[in-house]
Amino acid sequence: MAKRIDVADLNIYYDKTLAVQDVSLSIEPRSVTALIGPSGCGKSTFLRSLNRMHELIPRARVEGKVMVDGQDLYAPDVDPVTVRSHIGMVFQRPNPFPTMSIYDNVAAGIKLNAKRMPKSELDDIVERSLRQANLWDEVADRLHKPGSGLSGGQQQRLCIARAIAVQPDILLMDEPCSALDPISTQKIEDLIGELKADYTIVIVTHNMQQAARVSDVTGFFNLRGVGQPGHLVEIGDTATIFSAPSNKATEDYISGRFG
Amino acid sequence: MNPSTRTDLEAALSDRPLTQGSLPRRAPWITLAAAIVIGLVLTSFGVATGLAALVTAVLYGVTIFAWSLAVEGPRKAKDRVVAAAVTSAFLLALAPLISVVVTVISNGVNRLDAEFFTYSMHGIVGEGGGVYHAITGTLLITAVATVISVPIGLLCAIYLVEYATGRLGRAITFFVDVMTGIPSIVAGLFAYALFALFFGPGVRMGVMGAVALSVLMIPIVVRSAEEMLRLVPNELREAAYALGVPKWRTILKVVLPTAMAGIATGVTLAIARVIGETAPLLVTVGITTGVNMNPFDDRMATLPVFAYRQFSSPGIPPEPAIDRAWTAALVLIAVVMLLNLAARLFSRLFAPRSRA
Ligand SMILES: Nc1ncnc2c1ncn2[C@@H]1O[C@H](COP(=O)(O)OP(=O)(O)OP(=O)(O)O)[C@@H](O)[C@H]1O
Ligand SMILES: [Mg+2]
Repeated sequence: MAKRIDVADLNIYYDKTLAVQDVSLSIEPRSVTALIGPSGCGKSTFLRSLNRMHELIPRARVEGKVMVDGQDLYAPDVDPVTVRSHIGMVFQRPNPFPTMSIYDNVAAGIKLNAKRMPKSELDDIVERSLRQANLWDEVADRLHKPGSGLSGGQQQRLCIARAIAVQPDILLMDEPCSALDPISTQKIEDLIGELKADYTIVIVTHNMQQAARVSDVTGFFNLRGVGQPGHLVEIGDTATIFSAPSNKATEDYISGRFG
Repeated sequence: MNPSTRTDLEAALSDRPLTQGSLPRRAPWITLAAAIVIGLVLTSFGVATGLAALVTAVLYGVTIFAWSLAVEGPRKAKDRVVAAAVTSAFLLALAPLISVVVTVISNGVNRLDAEFFTYSMHGIVGEGGGVYHAITGTLLITAVATVISVPIGLLCAIYLVEYATGRLGRAITFFVDVMTGIPSIVAGLFAYALFALFFGPGVRMGVMGAVALSVLMIPIVVRSAEEMLRLVPNELREAAYALGVPKWRTILKVVLPTAMAGIATGVTLAIARVIGETAPLLVTVGITTGVNMNPFDDRMATLPVFAYRQFSSPGIPPEPAIDRAWTAALVLIAVVMLLNLAARLFSRLFAPRSRA
């Protein structure tokens, strides 16, 4: 299921402003890739271009190629809705559907798409997703209570369960732990380690330790200056990036010296 | 911080006590009572009630300000005066409502009997009779108006919030705003002219009234639904898109349910707003004495037009008709109040709840 991603010469625009310039990189299947970099350097923008969420913003567009297992996501006959059902996303702030129960939230990807399946099968999917997201034990007795009644960390794991219930090939996570306490963060990091077996994961984080802990590969984005587009400075083995980065800017950022 | 600066600080702080003089807790009430007594004395000397009330309010404000200034200092004194001003403004705003309710209840209660709700005016001259036909007419016409306006208004709001970009959206918003200002009689004449085009002049049907009411209702529904849809966080839409849900399903299954409470409230308030309209119904559906349950044929009675007619041409003797007009007005006000209560109930009932 997990798929590889190859990005070639990607330029991402908001209207006329170039936000991210000339990104080329490859992401192996069944790996965790962390994207780090200062605020505003275009990590979220880049991540959202990987499942065609970027174009939902009025007048936003993308130039270049994003290949998933050899298929160009931006080819003219590709349906963005289908792309998004294969490439899941977890957002910075937990966003469960407030009108739905915990169960319905997890089943949302299936129910909202009006896929028909027997109740027992759906029950299985919900249980499996919640177990994978390490949430099952905490919510098993209140599956039909509203999802917004959970704590922030539980809501975030609920959103992860919702994203993996549709069995995507790739999971994109935009700062999934930034609003969470260390224990919930720990749980989600453990979860990422487990999910790696089935999914290709790309995670944006501001937390260097987290990047070092969870990822196999780390990419560093930076800005050349104020008002300049962001770009990918370097990408490589997490161990190498954190111990012996080839670029001075990367080293400064990682060790906390910048500007 | 070294020890000597600390003692300096303590010394300075002890010069600024946290306590200060304050008025006794009952001070405002005592002042108010005194001001009211003076106001009452003034009225007993033949001063007009409104003027006496004004004097009472000013007297209270001045007294409490002076007293508080002497004891509590300028900040609290100003606070007390502003509190008095805000309360007076509130009472002033409430006065017309209370006055209307009291007048309508005291005049309308005479005919608030079972006959009034179960009889029409068919064959009634003088005493007796009821508004059964007008109640059914009002409910039918308003229901049809709702059935016409809600889909149009809701779809329009969805278009504005979810799809419109640029000029067309702005144009629609502008025309909706213009529509909000259409005088109701013009809406009635529009409906009349529209139906006259198809059925010839002199046509009378319940739906004509419903169309006229829709013209008034649609902008209200668009406005309130638009506001509610805009309140739905964009994150929820993105969450649905990220699951591979098409836009139209996202709107139908995520956005609308989330905004449901607000939309239902808005629709109910829009109904309450148009249910008392008189002029557009007068020129479209007219009035009749019997029950007419078919909105596609002939005249229908409605509560507001009924009240207007009973009052404007009461017959001889006029008293029974005037009584009926008051009671019809009372029923209408009660219906509007019920609708407002229902709106509150909807927003309670449908609101997304976090804890169950
Ligand atoms: N909706 C938008 N419209 C226009 N410009 C945008 C929009 N969203 C982001 N940008 C711009 O694109 C650039 C990259 O933003 P992005 O959100 O990708 O940064 P980021 O690296 O995710 O930052 P952070 O770490 O703070 O989340 C910024 O200069 C930002 O101002
Ligand atoms: Mg970001």
